Amino acid sequence: MPEPIIFELSAPGRRAGGHAPASPPAADFPAQYLRHDEPLLPEVSELQVVRHFTRLSQLNYSIDTHFYPLGSCTMKYNPRVCNRLAMLPEFIERHPLAATEHGQGFLECMYELQDMLKAVTGMTAISLTPMAGAQGEFAGVAMIRAYHDARGESDRREIIVPDASHGTNPATATMCGCTAVEIPTGPDGDVDLDALRRVVGPATAGIMLTNPSTLGVFERQITEIADIVHKAGGLLYYDGANLNAILGRALPADMGFDVIHLNLHKTFSTPHGGGGPGSGVVGVNERLAPFLPVPIVGRDGEQYVWLTEADRPQSIGRLSAFMGNAGILLRAYVYMRLLGADGMRRVSEFATLNANYLMKRLQMAGFEVTFAERRASHEFIVSLQSITKETGISAMDFAKALLDRGFHAPTTYFPLLVPECLLIEPTETETRQELDAFVAALVEIRDLAYKSPDTIQAAPISMPVRRLDDVRAVRQLDVVWQPDNDPTE
Amino acid sequence: MLSAIGVADTETLFDEIPAALRINELNNIPAGMGEAAITRLMRSRAAKDAGVVSFIGAGAYEHHIPAAVWDLATRGEFYSAYTPYQAEASQGTLQVIYEYQSMMANLTGLDVSNASLYDGATAFAEACLMAVRSNRKVNSRKILVSRSVNPVYRTVARRLTEGQGIELVEISCRDGQTELAALDGLAAEEFAAVCLQQPTFLGTLDDVDTLTDWAHAKQMFVIAICNPMSLAILRPPGEWGAAGADIACGEGQPFGIPVASGGPYFGYLVCRQQIVRQMPGRIVGRTVDIDGKPGFTLTLQAREQHIRRSKATSNICTNQGLMVTAATIYLSLLGSDGLRRIALQCHANTKVLAEKLGETDGVTVMFEPFFHEAVLQFDRPVGPLIKALGQQNILVGYDLSADYPELGHALLVCATEMRTAAEIAAYAAALESVMSSSKVT
Amino acid sequence: MSEVPGDRKYSGEHEWVQLLDDGLVMIGITDHAQEALGELVYVEQPEDGATLAKGDACIVIESVKAASDVYAPISGALAEANDALADEPELVNKSPYEEGWLVKIDPSDPAELDELMDADAYSQFLAESSG
Repeated sequence: MPEPIIFELSAPGRRAGGHAPASPPAADFPAQYLRHDEPLLPEVSELQVVRHFTRLSQLNYSIDTHFYPLGSCTMKYNPRVCNRLAMLPEFIERHPLAATEHGQGFLECMYELQDMLKAVTGMTAISLTPMAGAQGEFAGVAMIRAYHDARGESDRREIIVPDASHGTNPATATMCGCTAVEIPTGPDGDVDLDALRRVVGPATAGIMLTNPSTLGVFERQITEIADIVHKAGGLLYYDGANLNAILGRALPADMGFDVIHLNLHKTFSTPHGGGGPGSGVVGVNERLAPFLPVPIVGRDGEQYVWLTEADRPQSIGRLSAFMGNAGILLRAYVYMRLLGADGMRRVSEFATLNANYLMKRLQMAGFEVTFAERRASHEFIVSLQSITKETGISAMDFAKALLDRGFHAPTTYFPLLVPECLLIEPTETETRQELDAFVAALVEIRDLAYKSPDTIQAAPISMPVRRLDDVRAVRQLDVVWQPDNDPTE
Repeated sequence: MLSAIGVADTETLFDEIPAALRINELNNIPAGMGEAAITRLMRSRAAKDAGVVSFIGAGAYEHHIPAAVWDLATRGEFYSAYTPYQAEASQGTLQVIYEYQSMMANLTGLDVSNASLYDGATAFAEACLMAVRSNRKVNSRKILVSRSVNPVYRTVARRLTEGQGIELVEISCRDGQTELAALDGLAAEEFAAVCLQQPTFLGTLDDVDTLTDWAHAKQMFVIAICNPMSLAILRPPGEWGAAGADIACGEGQPFGIPVASGGPYFGYLVCRQQIVRQMPGRIVGRTVDIDGKPGFTLTLQAREQHIRRSKATSNICTNQGLMVTAATIYLSLLGSDGLRRIALQCHANTKVLAEKLGETDGVTVMFEPFFHEAVLQFDRPVGPLIKALGQQNILVGYDLSADYPELGHALLVCATEMRTAAEIAAYAAALESVMSSSKVT
Repeated sequence: MSEVPGDRKYSGEHEWVQLLDDGLVMIGITDHAQEALGELVYVEQPEDGATLAKGDACIVIESVKAASDVYAPISGALAEANDALADEPELVNKSPYEEGWLVKIDPSDPAELDELMDADAYSQFLAESSG
């Protein structure tokens, strides 16, 4: 029995008591401004609401309930205390426009967070305001553009991206009025340096790289890449999606990067929340510091203050109505203080250990690892191409069969370069037992792929729904509930 | 595990990082803390920010949040799940978003809502980009924006759209309303859209019907920016003028999200059916599975960055899933009757506040009618008053002088349903006392 | 093996072009292309009055998981777009060479037709690229 849509639980006049004022005065606006009909919203009791959303929650896989090895997303445990402390009443009741005198406790946390983020990246200045990775990317490319413009080099509008990059990279370049230029990856997973040398020139604004790359390997020629791009007059952008792999082992600044964004919801364990909120803080070196987005937390004697456009006239400006996702920043702050310097190094140590262990176990079980001769970073790629050829069972089928076995699927079909791939990121917070169980599940699915492929193609069978008709979802768009619309008809 | 991998120690696992780049410790990071110690630290920090009573709105509004909202939203199954790409394992999150989309469409009187964007300002910027992409009748990259639209929304939208050659052109205001006389001067030019905020940033009510009809006659799209709480009593964007606005957007924070120093909030974006393919962000649709059973999935995904790369409608990939979960629970608990009561009480409280403060010598209430924010004009700069009353833990409002110098010494005040008669009286008394003392002039 | 009718020309981007009696050319995607894309859910046509240059991305066709550009195989002014696809994009799947045509254009340089492949050449092109 599927959980009804909340509107279907309604009864006229029913409501959860005690949440709204009992008898407000009537509206005294001229009639032209008033709404004629009440908006259709549910009319339900509080217990109905609690049951409905509790039941809905139980239809989800989550880190708290299942192994969730979603590559490039860093689905690690989100310590409960981070949420508890970010939700302290004084923090959540503070109005964003309250004077800084009434926010010294909050601002002190933010100031120290900026300092810690400088330390883990080697950059010289940080802005906390971007609200997600994609916004951090936007800020980074906008700063690169502003830098070239300030030097009178407004023809520099090409952003180089490897073909394995996240889709946000080229999309960001377009949003910033730049052009994305793709370069190929070499057979060993590193960037093709000759191809890079061919595309750099007077139109180069910069290059966007993830390191370790989206292929799950460390880009060993990073210093050469930095040289080539810098000599051509371009800047280096670090997509921090995979910082978890090198936390406390190497600093992006030392690799030659001029600007970075970090996904706090990955490396610093803030919640993924069913797809957000994130936080995409940016860091820069001296060269780009004047262009950082505002506001930034500064210090004036004993007082913490906001630095705004007035203090930083070359800033690329504001990206959000206030200061960004403050509550997420607080969670990241608590997480970093819990771990401390040594704990952060243990993050990369165990993330890398778990990934290499899992990679080796799968290899020993006969799976094809894409860069088998390379060290895995915190994630790695398994290609199912030969299994697909022999059995017709695709990476998507494997993903669905994993769901039946109590595992969330790894990332499938990304990076686009590797056919029928699974990008697997176990993270540091999983036990060896969990990893072994995951290997056993994949082996079992592969055996079935050969023995009885129908059972795998039918998966999942134990989830709240089976495979959904995606084509119908687009052709017969049903995105708003209507009382008389029954999808089964 | 090391022997399975075939290495002697974990250090070896990092041997592909060139030696020159390796570091052996992190400097300038304090040592780790236990849970008890970090709790003490954070409590002491939080205590520094305690004890104030706020009359500030200006885009973030303090409302009562029922206990069930965050108790449910922070259940691990919501809190620690990710984007519902594996639909079969994410039906909970997907159905919540479907219910959210339905509620927002009903509130705004428009057809289709996305699964949310970062905040009100970015939703507005995305609405501008969307209008330029989808208005095929007017081939213009210029957009008209009323000066009564939240100033920081205008700033953010300029920032986020200028890379694509989009220009925001301001329409002046008069008496807290978009100046209809100014429209004549714009008759010759072509614009893709006009952007109107209702209630305006100044709390006033604009003549959105006339403006919508004017814009549609010129083939422009109309982008509505609305505090969604006001839609419980005010006419929804879908019913503005003869044909209704084309796109509505705004800040979803009033629906169960704490003000919390500015985020995380969520931006909502709703539009007419005809332009849904130009809508950025995620959209959830209902369909059936192979057994014919209803279920939910992300739909219209081909528009998004992970598929379209440099040709995507936006680089955005997150929605504010957790905030939308909270908002959907909030709206379920309140219903339209509850929202209406809150909206009316906010209006009534702000009226009382404006009246009381307006009795002070040197203070006048500027514009009426207003929803739940009012502009007060002072006979002296408001900066020192904000400071003086701040010392008494009263946050008196938002200083408008930098954004709207034409209004003189003006302050934007707000009293939501959370402010009590006693707090309002204390504010009025404190203001009276500070204004009459010679120290602050 | 996908169908390749002999009465039209083909591009390396898997489009077909057919010269009509009235001098217009009709453009669509090949059977091979529709099969590779999977079930189509939307076709975004060029704007009325558009002028297309050879190689321009002029049409977007969407399946559930992919959106692909169709590049103009020949230059000219848009004469007509197939409006039936607005409601039934699946016509491209069902009948790529007949009911599922995309646009008709008035060619500005009919000589460009000669640069395209004939059915035999395209069949061979398909065989080689799948090899």
